[in-house]
Amino acid sequence: MSTRVAVIVFPGTNCELDVQHALEQLGGTAELVFHTETSLGGADAVVVPGGFAHGDYLRTGALARFSPVMAAVGEHAAAGGPVVGICNGFQVLTEAGLLPGALQKNAGLKFLCETVECRVDSTHSVLTSGAALGAVLRLPINHFEGNYICDAATLDQLRADDRIVLRYVDNPNGALDDIAGIRNEHGNVVGLMPHPERASDTVLGSADGVVLLQSLLDAATARSAV
Amino acid sequence: MFEARVDVKHLPGIADPQGATVERSLPALGYTNVSEVHIGKLIRLVLDASDEAAARAQVAEMCERLLANPVIEAYEIQISELAS
Repeated sequence: MSTRVAVIVFPGTNCELDVQHALEQLGGTAELVFHTETSLGGADAVVVPGGFAHGDYLRTGALARFSPVMAAVGEHAAAGGPVVGICNGFQVLTEAGLLPGALQKNAGLKFLCETVECRVDSTHSVLTSGAALGAVLRLPINHFEGNYICDAATLDQLRADDRIVLRYVDNPNGALDDIAGIRNEHGNVVGLMPHPERASDTVLGSADGVVLLQSLLDAATARSAV
Repeated sequence: MFEARVDVKHLPGIADPQGATVERSLPALGYTNVSEVHIGKLIRLVLDASDEAAARAQVAEMCERLLANPVIEAYEIQISELAS
């Protein structure tokens, strides 16, 4: 049986089918889980995909943590299960307290939709374990609030603990320390602004996201074997 | 009944690109004497509470838990009693 990934769908989520397609292309099984569910149905991993969860009302990601499914996502994360938040999913994970810091408006006050280069700066995460340290990946970004910020003590902690997994080569949005993606203390929860699922096939212009999604599937498989 | 007005603003040092952009735009209309433009949120709500202190404490808790993001935002609360 192939590895099962729960792809969370809030009202306003819009990248769930891309994520599902990309994961299934790699041999995984991706099941869409609506936000009103209280269980992940035994999935081995979770992806919180991009979009505009709950319309991004109040702040991006702020209201998603009240959806019933987030309790199950929190339990899965606390038990060491892989959880990856992409773009709006990253914003949801910070608002839910699963990752530190926040995503504020891009420094240039422009919505950014372009392909950028990101460097893998830590392989100690469920999303980057299969990548080469220092590898530069071409990944699309598509966001207004991608400017990562946290307090100085948190940044020191992130650096000291090797928790900055991806950095922009040429910072597009003003993010602190060029941060494109971070992980939690144990490496099983990762948030990133770029969209690996949109770089999952050469026909899309880049297949550099495959190594990230494959890492996630491998981590999920390892977990399901336990 | 009390009315609360919550002024949510960026913490000092947090970039306010909307405020900065508006600040750069005003001189185009001849307002060359403007600085420190900040854009935040105003949230108004009405709540039932035993007294003003209780209302203020509850709204402060709402701010910490939802209405503001303490990582990037500060808030100020004004409470006024509504005529019954």
